[in-house]
Amino acid sequence: MDAILLQLLNGLDKGSAYALIALGLTLIFGTLGVVNFAHGAIFMIGAFCAVTLSKIFSLSHLASEPSGTDFLGKPKYEDILYIKEWFGESAGAWMLDWSVPLSILFAIPVMIAIGFIMERGLIKHFYKRPHADQILVTFGLAIVLQEVIKYFYGANPIPTAAPEAFRGSFDFGVLLGFDPNAIIYPYWRLIYFAFSALIIGGVFAFLQFTTFGMVVRAGMADRETVGLLGINIDKRFTIMFGIAAAVAGLAGVMYAPINSPNYHMGMDFLVLSFVVVVVGGMGSLPGAVLAGFLLGILESFASMNEVKNILPGIDQIIIYVVAIIILLTRPRGLMGRKGVMEE
Amino acid sequence: MSFSNLTRRGLIKTSAAAGAGLALPTYLSAASHAGFTNAPQGDTVTLGFNVPQSGPYADEGADELRAFELAVEHLNGGGDGGMLNTFSSKALEGNGILGKKVQYVTGDTQTKSDAARASAQSMIQKDGAVMISGGSSSGVAVAVQGLCQEAGVIFMAGLTHSNDTTGKDKKANGFRHFFNAYMSAAALAPVLKNLYGDDRKVYSLTADYTWGWTQQESIQAATEAMGWETINDVRTPLAATDFSSYIAPVLNSGADVLVLNHYGGNMVNSLTNAVQFGLRDKQVNGKNFEIVVPLYSELMARGAGKNIAGIVGSQNWDWKLEDQLGSRYTGTNAFVQSFGTKYGFPPSQAAQTCYAQTLLYADAVARAGSFNPCAVVEALEGFEFDGLGNGPTLYRAGDHQCFKDVVVVKGKENPENEYDLVEIVEATPAEKVTYDVDHPMFAGGELGNCNPGA
Repeated sequence: MDAILLQLLNGLDKGSAYALIALGLTLIFGTLGVVNFAHGAIFMIGAFCAVTLSKIFSLSHLASEPSGTDFLGKPKYEDILYIKEWFGESAGAWMLDWSVPLSILFAIPVMIAIGFIMERGLIKHFYKRPHADQILVTFGLAIVLQEVIKYFYGANPIPTAAPEAFRGSFDFGVLLGFDPNAIIYPYWRLIYFAFSALIIGGVFAFLQFTTFGMVVRAGMADRETVGLLGINIDKRFTIMFGIAAAVAGLAGVMYAPINSPNYHMGMDFLVLSFVVVVVGGMGSLPGAVLAGFLLGILESFASMNEVKNILPGIDQIIIYVVAIIILLTRPRGLMGRKGVMEE
Repeated sequence: MSFSNLTRRGLIKTSAAAGAGLALPTYLSAASHAGFTNAPQGDTVTLGFNVPQSGPYADEGADELRAFELAVEHLNGGGDGGMLNTFSSKALEGNGILGKKVQYVTGDTQTKSDAARASAQSMIQKDGAVMISGGSSSGVAVAVQGLCQEAGVIFMAGLTHSNDTTGKDKKANGFRHFFNAYMSAAALAPVLKNLYGDDRKVYSLTADYTWGWTQQESIQAATEAMGWETINDVRTPLAATDFSSYIAPVLNSGADVLVLNHYGGNMVNSLTNAVQFGLRDKQVNGKNFEIVVPLYSELMARGAGKNIAGIVGSQNWDWKLEDQLGSRYTGTNAFVQSFGTKYGFPPSQAAQTCYAQTLLYADAVARAGSFNPCAVVEALEGFEFDGLGNGPTLYRAGDHQCFKDVVVVKGKENPENEYDLVEIVEATPAEKVTYDVDHPMFAGGELGNCNPGA
């Protein structure tokens, strides 16, 4: 029982990353009709926003007096952090410790700007082209973006720690009456789950309860009619692209302490996120979220020893098995609408 | 009316093209008259360095390439000479190899077997490389070693740790300086017993490919021999990035030690996840929970940051060896000095093994007086040397594996910088990690005969 609860928790946590990325993908697909293969790269750039801010906070100059010798026996000068000089020892240390949460503020404008530039600079030229062209150009863009990141940050993962206060894990088992250590879960992953829920809720509320959101939803349903009403739907869709980029970027920022960011992390998530979108139903926002969590949970259960002993290797293929079953029984996905990608 | 539009001029052109095409294979093996593939012509000799220049191991590949460049510089008489000054064999004189200036070409393995074979093939056929070295994966090493055997050139393996490279997949033209999974396990077991006692229960996560399997098999055999019990081993997909669902059940499994048979990005992520789950702060069976990483890569451990603190593992070499354990490891400081002066930071173990391999190849050619692979094989087989940073070392004739001390390390609690992440626990002497050529973990393949190609 405790093992099942543990994997359920784990699945919700995994699922929250999938859901956030798939949500952004669906937003772009639903509004602009573009299959954006660069979306994983946007997630990766989000994580590197956290890396960048922590590097900015770590900028330093050398002390004027040597404090020992380096590995070659030459005088060694200690690094003195600028933020500690400017803001004081304790405030500087606090900023460095909290650099990941602070990166959220840094990442939102950066990601929206990147989204705008991508959409206006490249992707808008491909709206009327076939989906295959869009896939090729966005996939190419993804490769360019990851090589740019690799050029500046190297191929190795870069450790980006969560604030000291959120390291370690919480013992859920004791809370539920199990033995100690039966169900423990890291604080930061719990925060990630809560954060995802907040963002997903925020996006839905924005679309549901604002006039802007209403217009966007109307545009998603019938672009032509909305245009005939004299509304500049393109402009709003561009803004949605920015928002989708910000959602994926924030998912990346908060993911940085979970696994050290590396230039390839976007590709690792990209294929999975597409499966999530297809299983959820192309163009369906609730479908993307539902499928994200569903696949996260199934993936977690598939990696349990009890399951692997019966079906060896199931953890490697479960996502695709589920995708095949769903597409065979419900070709439009769990919550797909008629007419999307069917013209 | 003619059914053919062949003209006299066209016929001549076609014949010329066909003739050139037929002559090409002869051109590619232009040295066939010398009796072996790519016999150096003129006053230069070309070596091929096949390292990951793209993909997740690109940083390790870059460090290997730095070491190769340094080795070539030293062989040609440039720089401060590095380990040429400390190497026990004095056959090299700093005038290239057999008086021929060393030049090199590089290939990108991408850490993919097919790409690595293609780049090695290109360096052998197009660039005339007489030796191939480098690499950062056992899958790649086994693939390229096989290719070099067929092509008739020498393969001096880079970083490859699977037992199979000099076990079931060994080849007469291939040589490995790096240590292997069996040696890691044999070196670690006594240290683990000292540190954590002889009554421990192990849960292991193993990367699901050749290296992971041999590493798991080796460490399980070594730890069980000293009384530990393996309660579970879980295979994890090589492509996995988030290990939380594999780590989550560990604490409640009754195990008090987690062994991570992971390397590179897998290791960084699984270790980070294990520390996130608070495993190292827990007590199980009345003992502190411990994590072991059998193969450490200091270069890649940087990705795990502070999470490696207190984690025990093994290395082929460490740049602090001579300073901390004395003159037995002579050569280390000479190499660190020349590498550090040229590049500004200390070399990784991947760099050291690649540098040593290049020198060992050059020295074997010099002693043999020939670039002929069969002469080189003969010179390297059973060769005993010292002064390359690892202490006294033997290149065993039976399997072309180097036998030398293994360094057991532990993640530092308070590293001073990103190059100082581990502290040396001890160096396990070579005799304690030596095994028979026909040891069951290495059985299955034949070394065969050297192939001079051509």
